[in-house]
Amino acid sequence: MSKSDDAALVTRLQAGDQAAYAQLVEENASRIYRLALRMVGNETDAEDILQETFLSAFKAIDKFQTRSSLSTWLYRIATNAALMRLRRKEPEHVSVDEPIESDDGDFMPRQFFDFCCLPEEDLLRGEARAEMTRAIEDLSPTLRSVFVLRDIEGFSTEETAEALDLSISAVKSRLMRARLKLRERLSIYFSQGPIVSESRKP
Amino acid sequence: MKKPDEHDSHDQSHEHTHDKDMCRRYLGSLSDYVDGTLGDELCEELEAHISVCENCRVVVDTLGKTVTLYHQLPSPELPDAVKSRLYTVLDLTAYVPESRTGSEEDGQ
Repeated sequence: MSKSDDAALVTRLQAGDQAAYAQLVEENASRIYRLALRMVGNETDAEDILQETFLSAFKAIDKFQTRSSLSTWLYRIATNAALMRLRRKEPEHVSVDEPIESDDGDFMPRQFFDFCCLPEEDLLRGEARAEMTRAIEDLSPTLRSVFVLRDIEGFSTEETAEALDLSISAVKSRLMRARLKLRERLSIYFSQGPIVSESRKP
Repeated sequence: MKKPDEHDSHDQSHEHTHDKDMCRRYLGSLSDYVDGTLGDELCEELEAHISVCENCRVVVDTLGKTVTLYHQLPSPELPDAVKSRLYTVLDLTAYVPESRTGSEEDGQ
């Protein structure tokens, strides 16, 4: 949606136009739900976050500033709601201030299985995809939020930074760590021959 | 794909015969490299390094593949029931759009 479309919609939203509310929901609900589901990993919480996001947005629409886009603003609300929920559930794993520059020890690659050469049917099969989904869920929420916005939802680095209230360098650093962790995990998964060969059964 | 023969480390081996500090040095650039946003100079340096370091070559290739695979991961759909409850909670039931039939969930 262009900035001018956004501005027109915001004017209608701020005037309390119900059809405008419905339009905002219709245009964004699917992506917000997807984002929430990737963040929290279960449908019940994702639905709660979806509802919370729009309830909060409707309540705060008067304070919305048009310098950010409506959808980025919604993602920001949704991501915060997801992080808050995760923090309640697993507080020890969710620190807002996760150090950005720490030792690279954890991120130094250890797996060197070249899974690029595997047939696409092995890489894309359902079981591999289920493992990929689990791998996202096993990332720390701070890495997960950046990865989901950048590599799943296709946000730019700048949009991700805005939605998560992070600096560009923090986004890049977290994205790198997330990708390296996932690469490690997929390398282990794909190097397990039996699972791969199982897929070749008729 | 270049596979330097002189480097006989096996895929599963953790043995980095090259200077590990060197590999570590490029670790921070890999993500930008995969996105195509790494500066020319670093890009050339990294490419020179992976032409002689098989492990780093594998890491670069599989990192790129990891990102591509995630781009291809099917998106979960918003179930009609969830959508309908959302409109109810928001008091917008008068605006529920026609549900599109046949939009089956992708994958899994």
